[in-house]
Amino acid sequence: MTDRIDYSAFVRRDGEGGAALELAMDGVTCAACIGDIERGVASVPGLGSARLNYTLRRLTLRWEGEACDPHAVVERLERLGYKAYPFTRSREEEIEAAEMRWLLRCVGVGAFATMNVMLLSVSVWSGNATDIDPETRDLFHWISALIAIPAIAYAGQPFFLGAWRSIRARAMTMDVPISLGVCLAIALSLYETLHSQSHAYFDSAAMLLTFLLAGRALDGMMRRKTRAVAGNLLALRGEIARRVDPDGSVVEVPILAIKPGDHVLVRPGDRVPVDGVVTEGASQIDASLVTGETLTQAVGVDGEVHAGTLNIGGTLTIRAAQAAENSLVAEVNRLMDEALASRSTYVRIADRAARLYSPVVHCAALMTAIGWLAMGAGPHMAIVTAIAVLIITCPCALGLAVPAVQVVASGALFRSGVLLTAGDGIERIAACDTVVLDKTGTLTSPEARVTNRAAIDADLLTLATRLALSSSHPLARAVARDGAALAPVPGAVEEPGRGIRAIVDRLEVRLGSAEFCDAALETAIALAGEPDATPIVVRRGAESAVLLVRQALKDDARETVAALKALGLTVLVVSGDREGPVRRAAEAIGVAAWRAGCRPGDKVAILEGLKREGRRVLMVGDGLNDAPALAAAHASLSPIQASHAAQGCADALLLGERLRPALDAVRLSRRALGLMRQNLWISVAYNLVAVPLAVAGFVTPLVAAAAMSGSSVIVTLNALRAQAGTGARPQPAAPRGLPELREAHS
Amino acid sequence: MNVLLFLLPVALSLGLAGLGGFLWSLKSGQYDDLEGSALRVLEDDDLGK
Repeated sequence: MTDRIDYSAFVRRDGEGGAALELAMDGVTCAACIGDIERGVASVPGLGSARLNYTLRRLTLRWEGEACDPHAVVERLERLGYKAYPFTRSREEEIEAAEMRWLLRCVGVGAFATMNVMLLSVSVWSGNATDIDPETRDLFHWISALIAIPAIAYAGQPFFLGAWRSIRARAMTMDVPISLGVCLAIALSLYETLHSQSHAYFDSAAMLLTFLLAGRALDGMMRRKTRAVAGNLLALRGEIARRVDPDGSVVEVPILAIKPGDHVLVRPGDRVPVDGVVTEGASQIDASLVTGETLTQAVGVDGEVHAGTLNIGGTLTIRAAQAAENSLVAEVNRLMDEALASRSTYVRIADRAARLYSPVVHCAALMTAIGWLAMGAGPHMAIVTAIAVLIITCPCALGLAVPAVQVVASGALFRSGVLLTAGDGIERIAACDTVVLDKTGTLTSPEARVTNRAAIDADLLTLATRLALSSSHPLARAVARDGAALAPVPGAVEEPGRGIRAIVDRLEVRLGSAEFCDAALETAIALAGEPDATPIVVRRGAESAVLLVRQALKDDARETVAALKALGLTVLVVSGDREGPVRRAAEAIGVAAWRAGCRPGDKVAILEGLKREGRRVLMVGDGLNDAPALAAAHASLSPIQASHAAQGCADALLLGERLRPALDAVRLSRRALGLMRQNLWISVAYNLVAVPLAVAGFVTPLVAAAAMSGSSVIVTLNALRAQAGTGARPQPAAPRGLPELREAHS
Repeated sequence: MNVLLFLLPVALSLGLAGLGGFLWSLKSGQYDDLEGSALRVLEDDDLGK
């Protein structure tokens, strides 16, 4: 029976014999790692090239045909002290990478046009003030037109396409006034050039577009990095399943490669990779991450198991079922679709500004034209002035006001341990006034701990810890968690599903279930005090002790909840677990309002009730059962250990095992929203100064260029304040497996 | 003003050369790993061989 990862599912072939494999790297922390890794694997036979992308923490291997065995590379990396996980890019990531390249090409073309047109414009401006002859000016204008028109037609596509989409959807976004302003500026300039006039606005149009493209590209780069980190984390969590092939051999394959009907081996301590039916074996299943229920369930042959649950008993073989056959998952999917549809009606602050802005500005331009006509000016003068109003109000600062803050704030959030996944997450998190916390996995650590340590004889506790080191069973790991400095007991034998035994000083010692250690009575007594704990017994000769293992509250849960309350938020606990544990957890963190025993639909109903009261709810949860509620809430957060469904609905992921990032998410989001509003007001103030000038007919191309770049720079500088006050705070403990953040080392 | 007949094409072709250079560097993946490129320059693996 072999047991190795089948890399072939991850290898990409280019059709000419070339093969490429991407590995997500764990442990890459400093500059020296680049050389270490690339030189270290260079001598693996058959490997063509290896290149580490330090930004994304990914190693790309290339080779010809079957010349190289990826296992050899991974083993070499392991010897060097790096863990590598095979990895496939998600479709979204591919699309985003392609869009990013397109945006950068647009920035390049736009910048080229801006610089060259500006070169000609400056000559015209200084010539207008001195003695340029009209023929030379016309020549310069024509050359400017020849550069600017094709360049803008190409580089403006992101805005023109966006505007077209929003017009077809009968919505108003910032793209519409931007496209209109740029097109009008070009049209007016062309008209003026044809009639040998002294003013043309080609430079303004090109500069405006380049500024906005740069803002958009920065935004895209940030999102691309976030997505890459999220993708690496998924790979690091080991998205693999052990498939049992018909010949009995076991192959590790990515979960996506499991088809309905495949047989999958689930060892003790593994998460069940897919929904399915047990065909062989019997075990205990911990479904706390999926349902929130902390009691374990027994499953045997023909029992149903759900993806994401933890196998804590014996080895199981399951037959993969289609997700749709499963009632829980199907129900969760249905609820999630409904909830997400209601959220998509949220209108972003920039688009709300655009809705107000467009009618006001377009009316102002119309009034200007009418005003000039009424005062007896010619139609040419009236139209030129009206278009100048549109050009000077073209939302350059408005278009940068929100994305600039977004980029800076998400960087600050990342350093605090919050990975933003939704573009409008900051705005929605900031608007929340109520926090609903799930219990299991959110308030409590997903990993269990021994809770009655103090009540146990120190010798027996040490013995239990040493014995536990020999097992990978989740309960044993919970016992061993704080005993890193101890050595395992030599000669310990594990009886799968029952416990561990060994001989120490000619006495038999055992660690395991109550039956295995023959301590049913003691166990029953110990459980009477804490009915929701899982017992594990340690026995030495006639002595025995019962260790109670339970998911403990996160260390910072209490202080985080207190700080959230201090920010003026109402805090509730809503859990799928039974009443007792939920009540105790809520009391421990100082929350008076709690609900227990909630099904996924109940949670959504509670959120809908809060919504009807006019509250905006921030939901923090991790289980599959939380996913609909996460989607239904105004904004949502999920710990990084959460199930896929939950992460898919969350606006941001909390890195590490602490609750503190949730507080930072609220604090930094509120600050960022404040700055977005401030920036919008700065843009309004700028328009209040610029529009009267434009209406009065004083806006020359020089004034337009200076005013536009000035307002853009002010808004961008103001956005940088979104990260102020985050640098001095202590770094959150980086979770294991998270690529170290660069700032933590510099 | 005849000097413009030389200067304008020269200025424009310089600009186009810059644009071409940027597009080439973008296509060859030089912006894919900005942090790594900043650190690679410090590697001295070309010495002592």
